[in-house]
Amino acid sequence: MQPAFSVIFLTTLIGMGQGLFLAIYTEQVYSVLNVVQTNSSDRFYGIASGVALVLLILGLIASIFHLGRPERAWRAAAMWRTSWLSREVIILPIVMGLVFLFGIVHFMSWNPVIMTFGQVEVRLSLIIGAFATLATFSLYIATGMIYACLKFLQEWHSPLTVINYLLLGSVSGFTMASVVAAYWQPKLVSFFVGWSIVMLVFAFISRGASLIRNKRLRPKSTVQTAIGVRHNQIKQKSMGFMGGSMNTRDFFHGKTLFFLRSIKTIFLVLVFAVPLVLLIVALFKPTLTVLLPAIVSMYLGLIAERWYFFAEGNHPQNIYYQSIA
Amino acid sequence: MSQLALVIDLNVCVGCHACVTNCKEWNTSGSAGALSDDHPYGKDPTGTFFNRVQTYEIGKFPKTETLHFPKSCLHCEDPPCVPVCPTGASYKREEDGIVLVDYDKCIGCRYCSWACPYGAREIDEHQKVMKKCTLCVDRIYDESLPEDERKPACVLACPTSARIFGDVHDPDSEVSVAIREQGGYQLMPEWGTKPSNHYLPRHKNHVSYHKDELERADNPLKKEDYQVDASEPSLDDVTSW
Repeated sequence: MQPAFSVIFLTTLIGMGQGLFLAIYTEQVYSVLNVVQTNSSDRFYGIASGVALVLLILGLIASIFHLGRPERAWRAAAMWRTSWLSREVIILPIVMGLVFLFGIVHFMSWNPVIMTFGQVEVRLSLIIGAFATLATFSLYIATGMIYACLKFLQEWHSPLTVINYLLLGSVSGFTMASVVAAYWQPKLVSFFVGWSIVMLVFAFISRGASLIRNKRLRPKSTVQTAIGVRHNQIKQKSMGFMGGSMNTRDFFHGKTLFFLRSIKTIFLVLVFAVPLVLLIVALFKPTLTVLLPAIVSMYLGLIAERWYFFAEGNHPQNIYYQSIA
Repeated sequence: MSQLALVIDLNVCVGCHACVTNCKEWNTSGSAGALSDDHPYGKDPTGTFFNRVQTYEIGKFPKTETLHFPKSCLHCEDPPCVPVCPTGASYKREEDGIVLVDYDKCIGCRYCSWACPYGAREIDEHQKVMKKCTLCVDRIYDESLPEDERKPACVLACPTSARIFGDVHDPDSEVSVAIREQGGYQLMPEWGTKPSNHYLPRHKNHVSYHKDELERADNPLKKEDYQVDASEPSLDDVTSW
């Protein structure tokens, strides 16, 4: 497939935004349950939610560039019964709304205690956050399923696709949370960094698993099934036109195998290796000078990772477009 | 429930592209607006087409065969492009099974083209909506046309009658009989899309003779062991003038 940068930015930005929200909500749950003693301020939650919201909005803006007719985008909410894309279109504003509510409730200190269980105080923000978490997970699933549900794009048609979207989005969000914390609430940095490292390891395992899986795939469609002729030697002589068409532009990345392999190495280094080292350093030296390079490297790496994800998808229609003459 | 479809006879298709040009002509002149082209006479011509004729070479020289292969939307009975559409612009008609795009609802997200394994959909780069073969839905029901012209433009154009149009759910229709009797098949059956369009395979007529059919067993000349003396004029030589 030809990777579209609008979709690359959409998926990486909203993934990080969702992950950032999950990070601060996880921290809030921990501190409510007194697992961690942090006395984190409402201001931090408010600011971090604001950053998450900005990321989600930037993602939404990026997605508009993918549409031919963005003025009709509202129509995309119609087919939620069958289309994962439609579901994503519905859930994204819900996540944005709930993250906004979660942030504003903290920031303005409109956060009354709703009920108490023994020592545990359940505040309004905790309840909003629970719904927002549910919505965030649904959004990860919807985003991943847009690709995973296309059964003949064999590289994408796997539960690993959804797991990768979930884990890579989360790890970038948790790392972003440690950056925000390093600036506003340094006491929380080690909490977020610790989680980031754990998630980075899991993300590496699942992304690695999908790389190994895809390497071993055998295409189900061949030129024999495509034109229905049983012969070992079939060669296309003409695709029916000499200029390009959508079929030749949208479905081929047009890059060399070497370029593709380089992108794979680059994303493995930038997403996993570099941030892992920096995050471990940040455990001992939790400063912005360590964490900023970590998030920059990870985000650039994620752009490469998403590019590779799309480029790796081998669409069966390409069998029909092999030769110009 | 009927299911309109095309049956394409690969045995007689000569790859002349008449179906391509007539399809383009009819569909670029319709009420839905032109099928956009960009620099058609320039260096890199490109445009939106509903139908293409491709050419394949089967086998290795000198034992090769050329196959001309027309490809358009197959109007699948289980079209994977329809459920993925977020707006409902892509739909399959209940009454005749034609898969259509509502150009007024399409947002041009291209997701349906990802979901079609056959590459049957092409976006109109100027109208920014997805387009595809309509089986000439604006023609086949047009009662102002003579009845024998109420067929898709590609079918009418084909000089060798390689394209047959009809209802594949009606067991006695011309298309159903052709599929049944001539081994009509579907493309990429592995994805379970159940394409309605079928292709009739190429076939060669082979005649096999047994040796006795070449030599007359009851040849009276052989029976009587009659030797012709070539030096003498035969009866034929005498009478043939």
